Amino acid sequence: MTEKSEAAKIEALIDEKYKLQTKDVNVFYGDFQAIKEVSMNIKPNTITAFIGPSGCGKSTFLRLFNRMNDYIEGFRVEGKIKIDDDNIYKKKIQLEQLRKEVGMVFQKPNPFPKSIFENVAYGLKIQGIKDKKLINERVEKALLQADLWNEVKADLNKSALTLSGGQQQRLCIARTLAVEPSIILMDEPTSALDPISTSKIEELIHHLKEIYTIIIVTHNMQQASRISDYTAFFYMGELIEFDKTKKIFTNPEKKRTENYITGRFG
Amino acid sequence: MNSIQKNRLKDQLFKFWGIACTLAGLVLLVIFIGGILVDGLSRIDWAFITDLPSRKAEKSGIWTPLMGSVWVLILTALISFPISVAAGVYLEEYAKKNRLSALLEINISNLAGVPSIIYGLLGLEVFVRIMHLGASVLAGALTLSLLILPIIIVATREAIKAVPNSIREASYALGASKWQTIWNQVLPASSGGILTGVILALSRAIGETAPLIVVGALAYVPFAPKGPLDQFSVLPIQIFNWISRPQQGFIDNAAAAIIILLFITFIMNGIAVYFRNKWQKKLQ
Amino acid sequence: MPKIRELIIEKSLLSSALITIAVTVGIILVLTIETFSFFKEVSIFDFFTDIEWTPLFTQKHYGILPLLTGTLLTTFIAISVALPIGLSISIYLSEYAPRSFRKTIKPLLELLAAVPSVVYGFFALVVVTPYLQQFIPNLSGFNSLSAGIVMGIMIIPFVSSLSEDALFAVPKALREASYGMGATRLQTAFKVVVPAASSGIIVSIILAISRAIGETMIVAIAAGQQPRLTLDPTVPVETITAYIVQVSLGDVQHGSLEYRTIFAAGITLFIFTFLLNTVSFRIRKKYREKYE
Repeated sequence: MTEKSEAAKIEALIDEKYKLQTKDVNVFYGDFQAIKEVSMNIKPNTITAFIGPSGCGKSTFLRLFNRMNDYIEGFRVEGKIKIDDDNIYKKKIQLEQLRKEVGMVFQKPNPFPKSIFENVAYGLKIQGIKDKKLINERVEKALLQADLWNEVKADLNKSALTLSGGQQQRLCIARTLAVEPSIILMDEPTSALDPISTSKIEELIHHLKEIYTIIIVTHNMQQASRISDYTAFFYMGELIEFDKTKKIFTNPEKKRTENYITGRFG
Repeated sequence: MNSIQKNRLKDQLFKFWGIACTLAGLVLLVIFIGGILVDGLSRIDWAFITDLPSRKAEKSGIWTPLMGSVWVLILTALISFPISVAAGVYLEEYAKKNRLSALLEINISNLAGVPSIIYGLLGLEVFVRIMHLGASVLAGALTLSLLILPIIIVATREAIKAVPNSIREASYALGASKWQTIWNQVLPASSGGILTGVILALSRAIGETAPLIVVGALAYVPFAPKGPLDQFSVLPIQIFNWISRPQQGFIDNAAAAIIILLFITFIMNGIAVYFRNKWQKKLQ
Repeated sequence: MPKIRELIIEKSLLSSALITIAVTVGIILVLTIETFSFFKEVSIFDFFTDIEWTPLFTQKHYGILPLLTGTLLTTFIAISVALPIGLSISIYLSEYAPRSFRKTIKPLLELLAAVPSVVYGFFALVVVTPYLQQFIPNLSGFNSLSAGIVMGIMIIPFVSSLSEDALFAVPKALREASYGMGATRLQTAFKVVVPAASSGIIVSIILAISRAIGETMIVAIAAGQQPRLTLDPTVPVETITAYIVQVSLGDVQHGSLEYRTIFAAGITLFIFTFLLNTVSFRIRKKYREKYE
């Protein structure tokens, strides 16, 4: 009896080191099983890359952490998913609170058809923050963090749709940062961008690691190896391998991982 | 209550409000049809349909206006169908992007928004007076044909647009001319959509009252029309006439005639939806 | 030879299309010619400023204002009913409702617009007015309130269906971005989706107004036939359309001044709806370009 609780205590202690934890997660869309028995723990202030061929479930898995899959009809999830040791699929969870904590950047830049300022201030305004000074400060800070401030400070009232694709994506990152989340999910954030914009965003992601825990889905393996600390390889809804990025790219355990990384399939 | 809870509460309240609004419209429709059924159903028998109009409510039937509606419907279909499908085919398959086609487009969109009573004024002056057709079935049908032209043209264009280009290319590649391609491939492939549009437009025509009153259709005609140049009444005008009488007997007659009119309208709508679904499945 | 055949076919299709232009030209010619004759006998100034419209009485007045206020009053009441309900329905269906519910409910709602308007007139006169008289004792048997309310119910699907199409066309990515930052569906709907779909929503409202202005049978049956310059919704009024019906039912001699009044009234109606339709066409055109 005592022994068991001792063991539980120790386990809890280990758990605390992790920002996100999943255990035996299954995801279904109707009859189709999109994720099979995935368990994974992610440490704070790290960058984790999800790689794998299209349709392997990496995006579905990413979108579990801010419950973005909830809107898909027929979606069902089993298993445990915890953030800061709190089950995010429990009944009483407040989705709005969760999403404040877990920000997301999408595949294609999706700024609102509003001004640059309004885009970044959006998250604050929907929380009911009315203090103009505070909003101004947070907008400036977020744009600085997203390395966009110098390019747009002169015309914050211009429509966000006038920015270039790369700028729009950095605006979307700024918009996410303004809410001050602790985790940022990125779903192939550079797939719609040119190489120069891509490298700018990669650099940015690298800096953001100091403050945030970042998970990035990418199908660009060079990108994964360049920016991430950990890499998870998904195939057909299963987590095939999850390890330090260096290990995955130089000496993977599994044959399938090696085949994918060396470009033999996918 | 913190701001998140407040926002969630508002969200839930709006959800219930939205459901209430959506159901309100339908509930009203049901209450209303239910009320009419109560008023009118007992009045409907075979004699009500086959009797001629009478000064006494309980002896009145709808035979003459019903036949008037049937005449108008058939003539309207015969007149409007070829013209509007031809216009739709021209706009979708032939018209180049020039000022004429832009003008045609804005014009058709505008015609669709012209109040039906204005068509009545046009029909009164052109068909009744200038063409000397008098207040005849033909004048009424011509007026309604113009009224539903834009509806069928728009439906025809939508249906033709939905035909995949590969069908046209395949036909051209076999040496077919443009018209052969349209006649043998495009029109058959779009027929379901066109048919849907035609039936919906005709169901609109059968409920039209105002333009026919303006054209001079009568509230009281002793006999059913025998030819296109005869005088006529239609079901909605008969209903209008009965509604404006003070005696309860006529109100019941109106309710009974409304049941018949709604029955025809809903059947036509049902057929249209059936054709649309079948056609959309075939197209995929 | 086949070439000539093709050409003949093309030209005959074109002439069918040109019939639509002829219809418009016909409407404008008929209305203006008769109105022109009308203004030979009645001064334009009186037409716009006289506050009485009594062409069928011995003491004749030809002021369009009472008919115009009657029309605008019933339209205003109808839009006050249709706008909030129609918009709420469209937001609920596009942002909240499950797909299957949306798919079944939309055609059912559109049935509301398929019911002939003479039937709605019956509803207004025989059901709604007696019902409202329980709460508003001095409500006349004919009044703009019931007519307006019932007309509002009729045009709900005009607002809800077109607005819902516009809302639904807003890219999903914008909704996800908003949800992703912790916005509720309500916040997302009103702060992101509705503004992005605003032009489509405006078009739906304009078309609904245009439809209400031109609606005839409901007002002819339930609003009365007494042209009256008033904003009181409880008394009988007469709209432009109801006046045209009233004259058409009577025994008016062709070519008489009474006969021409319906064209003068008609052109007023036509100009209103023409302007509204043109504006909505322009907006629609611009908005289509934005998305494509």
